[in-house]
Amino acid sequence: MSAPHLRDRDDLVLRVEDLVVEFPAGRGRKVHAVSGVDFDLARGETLGIVGESGCGKSTTGRAIMQMPAPTGGRVEFEGLNLVGLAKRDLRAARTRIQMIFQDPISSLNPRRKVWDSVADPLRIWKRGSEAEIAETVDRVLESVGIDPIRARESRPHEFSGGQCQRISIARALVLDPAVIICDEPVSALDVSVQAQVLNLLEDLKAEFGLTMMFIAHDLAVVKNVSDRVAVMYLGRICEIADSDDLYARPAHPYTRVLLDSIPVPDPTVTPTHVDLEGELPSPMSPPPGCRFNTRCSSADERCRSEVPEMRSIGDGHYVACHHPLVTPVTIGQFV
Amino acid sequence: MTPLQTEHRTDAEPLLALEDVRTHFRTERGMVRAVDGVSLTLKRGRALGIVGESGSGKTVLSRTIMGLLPSTAEVTGSIRYSGEELVGRGRSTMRPYWGREMSMVFQNPMVSLNPVMKVGEQIAEPLRLHLGMSRADARATAVRLLTDVRIPEPERRIGQYPHELSGGMRQRVMIAIALACGPSLLFADEPTTALDVTVQAQILELVAEQRRDRNMSVVLVTHDLGVVAGHTDEIAVMYGGKLVETAPTDVLFSEMRMPYTMSLLRSIPRLDDPSHTRLPVISGRPPDLVDPPAGCRFAPRCAYARERCHVEEPPLVSTSHPEHLYACWYPVGSAEFAERDAELRAAGDVRVSISGSGGS
Repeated sequence: MSAPHLRDRDDLVLRVEDLVVEFPAGRGRKVHAVSGVDFDLARGETLGIVGESGCGKSTTGRAIMQMPAPTGGRVEFEGLNLVGLAKRDLRAARTRIQMIFQDPISSLNPRRKVWDSVADPLRIWKRGSEAEIAETVDRVLESVGIDPIRARESRPHEFSGGQCQRISIARALVLDPAVIICDEPVSALDVSVQAQVLNLLEDLKAEFGLTMMFIAHDLAVVKNVSDRVAVMYLGRICEIADSDDLYARPAHPYTRVLLDSIPVPDPTVTPTHVDLEGELPSPMSPPPGCRFNTRCSSADERCRSEVPEMRSIGDGHYVACHHPLVTPVTIGQFV
Repeated sequence: MTPLQTEHRTDAEPLLALEDVRTHFRTERGMVRAVDGVSLTLKRGRALGIVGESGSGKTVLSRTIMGLLPSTAEVTGSIRYSGEELVGRGRSTMRPYWGREMSMVFQNPMVSLNPVMKVGEQIAEPLRLHLGMSRADARATAVRLLTDVRIPEPERRIGQYPHELSGGMRQRVMIAIALACGPSLLFADEPTTALDVTVQAQILELVAEQRRDRNMSVVLVTHDLGVVAGHTDEIAVMYGGKLVETAPTDVLFSEMRMPYTMSLLRSIPRLDDPSHTRLPVISGRPPDLVDPPAGCRFAPRCAYARERCHVEEPPLVSTSHPEHLYACWYPVGSAEFAERDAELRAAGDVRVSISGSGGS
């Protein structure tokens, strides 16, 4: 499958091509979790991946880490293809990519002092003497706003959800990774705490020169932190664009539906009726053609038989739709 | 329902009237003042949003009204429902109210539904129990309820188990169960937090539609001001177990007085802001309700607090709009607020900054 949205740049940290993840579902059936996803990530960039439950966004993040290994495709990271890499090399590569998860309290060991949880990666990889490790841990904890002295004495349950998420972020940072994959890092938090964590991620990105993948279902949150955003539906990317551009001119009918669904904190705005039919089809038997065709109000015969290719609508904005809401640029017209 | 009937019923006495309600829990650490002196009223057919962070007391308040509290709870004050006092009732005297008069939709349908009982039976159970319907009538009503909440193929769905349904459908089943006995008051406690945005929008639309069709009152409990903005008539903002601001929804958003309400609204990322917009934050954490701070409970986190706020508790006072109440010594719009706001902005304080920074 062609992927015109993959960029040809020198500063790419990660390049994912035709990523496929399938799980066996018994009796020879398969769950098609991710079906041919392509994207790349440039140094210092934040790529948002947005979509609803079952769209394959978390599976995509995990497949990059090879947990579990994808069924097919390439994950090129710092010159290596991680797919099929020997276990030893993969372990080393994984120190360069770190993940942050949704539930901050259960992603920390409840029996360990949080300071030790943050120090463990450094100890396992023997990054310096115990004194050097202590210095790194204290410094990173301070930059995420956690008191290192309290961290030495306390276990996860003694901190709030927002503080545990800060600690998880510190643990991801201590190995000085090139890429951080954040999987719904703020969706379990109150709005006030969410704002603190989002600001923190932006600060850390500047301070540590991080490259991030930010996976979430909340479009407003994704817009706030991302430079580029990819919208996923049922295992495929349906639209990818620069953050502001995606929201200014959504081209895929599904992106439009997602945007219309967000409640606006303003009572003078009447909630938009969400034009979405039916339920999400089973990923065990995704519909042929465009995967959104069963719920799309503008779907026709072609959408039900032919898989739409990614097409440019200008300014690095790409959409996989036979009837996009913005007219595509024909080849040669777009420079 | 004709408009005339609706009007007649709306003008009657409030469906719900709370007077100085306090819900305290005995714990090892001492008395937790989860709800600490809340007074409010709700008319028939109206939707009230109760908004606050975790630990503000919003969930405990709705459970207090429903009489769904553990035995460690002590409730004082007065809760009048259709003129009847509910405080002091035990489970047996509350039971007639459950289902028929008031019911609740909980946050997590996967936990609230019985996994080993067919969906149809779970809807039929309250019908048989509270309304004494026959098995056949209950089944027919269950099918009609599933149709009402827009579940396709209801005849087939009633024979299925919760795990066979999607998250959105399970929440629709929860709503169908809550609506089964035709309650006059529906509590929805974070009904959409576990759901995807498109499903959330559909569920909120469904609740609004059922409210109109049934002239039911709805109490929507949430931390998200975005959710209540489009789906309520009135909003009550809670902080540290107390009501800090309450007003008709449009008035609240256009003339909010309480700095807490304003901060809560500003901390939500907005789609119309460019990406990398710095979010104003509410620093710190909600108060410990065993030993709440003196004065205004929000003062320790408030960028606009002055000496008086830490000493003297502000009473709820009304604005020129009689239904708009707030508890603040230096509200948004006051000279003191404007003065402090200018200082904070000049200093680039994180609690007020709204202009973009960062980015690449």
